[in-house]
Amino acid sequence: MVDIAVVDYGMGNLRSVEQALRKVAPDLNISVTADPAIVAQAARVVFPGQGAMPDCMRELDARGLREAVITAAGNKPFLGICIGLQMLFEHSAEGDVAGLRILPGDVVRFASDLHDAQGSKLKVPHMGWNHVHHAEHVLWNDIAQDARFYFVHSYYVRPRDKALTQATSDYPQPFVCAVARDNLFAVQFHPEKSANAGLTLLKNFVNWNPV
Amino acid sequence: MLAKRIIPCLDVTAGRVVKGVSFVELRDAGDPVEIARRYDAQGADELTFLDITASSDDRGIIFRIIEQVAEQVFIPLTVGGGVREVQDVRNLLNAGADKVSINTSAVVNPQLVADAAARYGSQCIVVAIDAKQVAPGKWEVFTHGGRKATGLDVVAWATKMQRLGAGEILLTSMDKDGQKSGFDLALTRAVTDALEIPVIASGGVGNLQHLADGVTQGGADAVLAASIFHFGEYTVQQAKQFMAQQGIEVRL
Repeated sequence: MVDIAVVDYGMGNLRSVEQALRKVAPDLNISVTADPAIVAQAARVVFPGQGAMPDCMRELDARGLREAVITAAGNKPFLGICIGLQMLFEHSAEGDVAGLRILPGDVVRFASDLHDAQGSKLKVPHMGWNHVHHAEHVLWNDIAQDARFYFVHSYYVRPRDKALTQATSDYPQPFVCAVARDNLFAVQFHPEKSANAGLTLLKNFVNWNPV
Repeated sequence: MLAKRIIPCLDVTAGRVVKGVSFVELRDAGDPVEIARRYDAQGADELTFLDITASSDDRGIIFRIIEQVAEQVFIPLTVGGGVREVQDVRNLLNAGADKVSINTSAVVNPQLVADAAARYGSQCIVVAIDAKQVAPGKWEVFTHGGRKATGLDVVAWATKMQRLGAGEILLTSMDKDGQKSGFDLALTRAVTDALEIPVIASGGVGNLQHLADGVTQGGADAVLAASIFHFGEYTVQQAKQFMAQQGIEVRL
């Protein structure tokens, strides 16, 4: 029995996610897998992603993982990370590609001429440690309000249903960096690379039993 | 608000962290895994490992070091040195690196940057540039650990690397490296103003004011330093507190 399946559709490196999960859940059976059957059987699913969303969608389909991911997102504790958040939505401006359409809304790019309050240029990708202003949810347990998490992305999600939003960050305008619905939680930042705050969120996910 | 990053850099050879002056005169600074853990505990925002091993015989050592660090330290890890082909990028990522830094090989084969970024994403491709001033306001790219001139203009080269898919530029002033007199601020400013992607300033940090100047005057998105941390002059925490006092946004 697999406790946590980390969905591996061949886009980049999942070792960091795996290592961080092993750190917070040393006794659990964690499987980095491209097998839809294991994703279907696992108690929990982590859906990471990096690179470009069109490539991620293509590789997900090439491995026959689309249905397994959509089903898992609807029936068991499910954590999307980075592109794994963006792919849950209907459409991305990155490559003008359709997402999995699990959540209503779209994915757009940061403007290229952003400046902070002091007039300094804000680079894209948004890379580094930024504040996360979060709502009430058990996955934020023991995480300080406005704690910093590590981000690296050029696109961000715009949920059409405001009730989905579980956290925002700013660059320089507020943008949604975490969403939740029922058994599903997804974040734009990288908890596996966010030191103690990130490990705490992963631990909360591992212990999460949504009703 | 996004924090400016402080990145301790660990130059590694034969399984040890070393530090030289202007790319020569190496001095032992200790065990890389132990040092990585210490900087993580002090609040480092990322760690950069540069494998400066000359002989290909010892190339395996860096993989074991990164594997050990990645099991214990949960902040971004960048690894560079000797990356020649996409397979090298893959191997380092598999060992636990989050980003791979490409220097000489980007000049020899710019397509490597494009191929690696297309395969693994721009977010994990850092192009390292060793720069030497050749005229006022003009810098040239050097390779092979600073030994070989390329004739390439640094700003033009950095712009090309951004276009090919680099996610970040690690910019080292060879004139300043090891001198402890501060970053080449004009170089840093020239490159960061020309680019959309983040720039890490490197080379020359001797005190905490130098780190702050890299951000406030150089416009760097991140600052990298080695010896001021290795030899116990300052902790990362002290550096961050100093920068915060100067009004710089940092992760405390």
